[in-house]
Amino acid sequence: MTNPKGRFGIHGGQYIPETLMNAVIELEAAYEKYKNDPEFNEELKTLFNEYAGRPSRLYYAEKMTRDLRGAKIYLKREDLNHTGAHKINNVLGQALLAKKMGKTRLIAETGAGQHGVATATAAALMGMECVVFMGEEDTKRQALNVYRMKLLGSEVIPVTTGTATLKDAVSEAMREWTSRIDDTHYCLGSVMGPHPFPTIVRDFQAVISKEIKEQMMEKEGRLPDAVLACVGGGSNAIGSFYHFIEDEDVALIGCEAAGRGVDTFETAATIATGRLGIFHGMKSYFCQDKYGQIAPVYSISAGLDYPGIGPEHAALHDSGRAQYVPVTDDEAVNAFEYLAKTEGIIPAIESAHAVAHAMKIAPKMDGDKIIVITISGRGDKDCAAIARYRGEEIYE
Amino acid sequence: MSRIKDAFKEKAFIAFITVGDPDVETTKAAVIEAVENGADLIELGIPFSDPTAEGPVISSANLRALNGGITTDKVFDFVEDIRKTVSIPMVFMTYANVVYSYGSEDFIGKCQRVGIDGLILPDLPFEEKGEFEPICEKYGVDLISLIAPTSENRISMIAREAKGFIYLVSSLGVTGVRSEITTDLDSIVKVIRENTDVPCAIGFGISKPEQAAKMAGISDGAIVGSAIVKLLEKYGKDAPKYVGEYVKSMKEAVRRG
Repeated sequence: MTNPKGRFGIHGGQYIPETLMNAVIELEAAYEKYKNDPEFNEELKTLFNEYAGRPSRLYYAEKMTRDLRGAKIYLKREDLNHTGAHKINNVLGQALLAKKMGKTRLIAETGAGQHGVATATAAALMGMECVVFMGEEDTKRQALNVYRMKLLGSEVIPVTTGTATLKDAVSEAMREWTSRIDDTHYCLGSVMGPHPFPTIVRDFQAVISKEIKEQMMEKEGRLPDAVLACVGGGSNAIGSFYHFIEDEDVALIGCEAAGRGVDTFETAATIATGRLGIFHGMKSYFCQDKYGQIAPVYSISAGLDYPGIGPEHAALHDSGRAQYVPVTDDEAVNAFEYLAKTEGIIPAIESAHAVAHAMKIAPKMDGDKIIVITISGRGDKDCAAIARYRGEEIYE
Repeated sequence: MSRIKDAFKEKAFIAFITVGDPDVETTKAAVIEAVENGADLIELGIPFSDPTAEGPVISSANLRALNGGITTDKVFDFVEDIRKTVSIPMVFMTYANVVYSYGSEDFIGKCQRVGIDGLILPDLPFEEKGEFEPICEKYGVDLISLIAPTSENRISMIAREAKGFIYLVSSLGVTGVRSEITTDLDSIVKVIRENTDVPCAIGFGISKPEQAAKMAGISDGAIVGSAIVKLLEKYGKDAPKYVGEYVKSMKEAVRRG
């Protein structure tokens, strides 16, 4: 028998060094204590509403709907949150929890830099020290976010090991945590890693689906037919899905980064190309070779460029409750440009993966169907990279 | 019980070597040098792409070995071959995914067939050992438990169920050479002793003979990885003789401890 703690079906668990076990046990105990504490929740709600700008809008994309001639499309505007992405939801929750635990220092990994910026922001707000690990490759792709983190008072450490991307940043943050635990909380940015992180992060992100449900009832008087979100580790997706899991008529669709295609090695589509494994503290699906060596994945999107997927998504895939589809770089870039021109909204390249899949399925659906796409972040950070993708050099 | 207990007839010196760094011929020569110069137990590292418990030295060795084309199957072939000359206990040190993705039953069954006595998985804590322990028991391979400076209230629980030997992690952080080890290891060893007769060796950060002597004085032995791997990094194919000299000096120090 494996440890039943923190399992989603067969996935999840706590596959971490002994050095960190008491730290995650302490974190779990603190979370159990505070998650139903009225004062904690009131504080968090105030931060969400007054600081992060929640609730985020559920916007009817009328022009896009008319243009695609199918299902009615709504956009859940997490890009309008303070710091420009859904990442702030989780970070405010974890930083508040860390503060209650007496921690004075936050460390985090970041891919696109959105989680790093959010953590640096929360650290600045709450007067905590902050160190962010970021793959060197990503510090180049997302130079603006590196500057933002420094501006917010954080130290940014470029990670040069492995592929110098998100997975290496996670590994390095874990290494750092094993060397300094007493005063440090590892503010993990996605629904991954060892228990209790997948549960904690999901709970803090679940505000997305809670709001979608309320807003949808208000606007349409019914639930949507499908909810779409991009998936790397899967935090905005699980946040968007969570309160709909019991509503079996609502299709839940996670859009993975296929990079240059699932038939190439340059992909990050874990469900499409990965298999069961144990890595970064959890049992789940991972892109790996025959011998379990983790694959050097690729996507144009630094935030989805991760070889695994959160354990709850793995379980939702196993049960068939959610569906996971691959979306290529090309499709995502087209969707990025399409949403900018059609609705005047520049989505993060990560979120553009979900937009791209909506563009495929909406035209095939009847006009009385409703789909919700979570726009997990804003795309300003991606403009230079997309320009380069289109062969144009611009100076930031 | 496996032959691991044979390693602890006196204070033990345990040498870690990454298989395939820079190639299996060098690994073989280095292991034989280590054994001939007094190593009591050999820890063979099966490289993993993302070794989250390792510092830069062993991480780089993993990468060099993987780039050199090492695979789990080649590691098994290597052990089968070296078992013709080496009779002291040998254990694998690798990561859970290397075992799991190979097929846990296939992997552990093969360990028994080629003569591997134990398995150290730094990303497999007490709570998750059920993943592999029943299979390890079936094939008589000891699943080695690790105890860390942060284990505190967990020490007795881990020690009571320990098999083979206990790997006591000397310091916080990842593997790698340290100038000083400041953890109160005496008190940890005391709790271990109250709960088990299984021997306990200390690793992480040990590089100098004085440190090895001190650690072996506190416990039943010293484990050295990064300092040996550094020799392989520095001397490449010429490293085995330096490994031999180094192991000799360390074993002498451990005996004194």
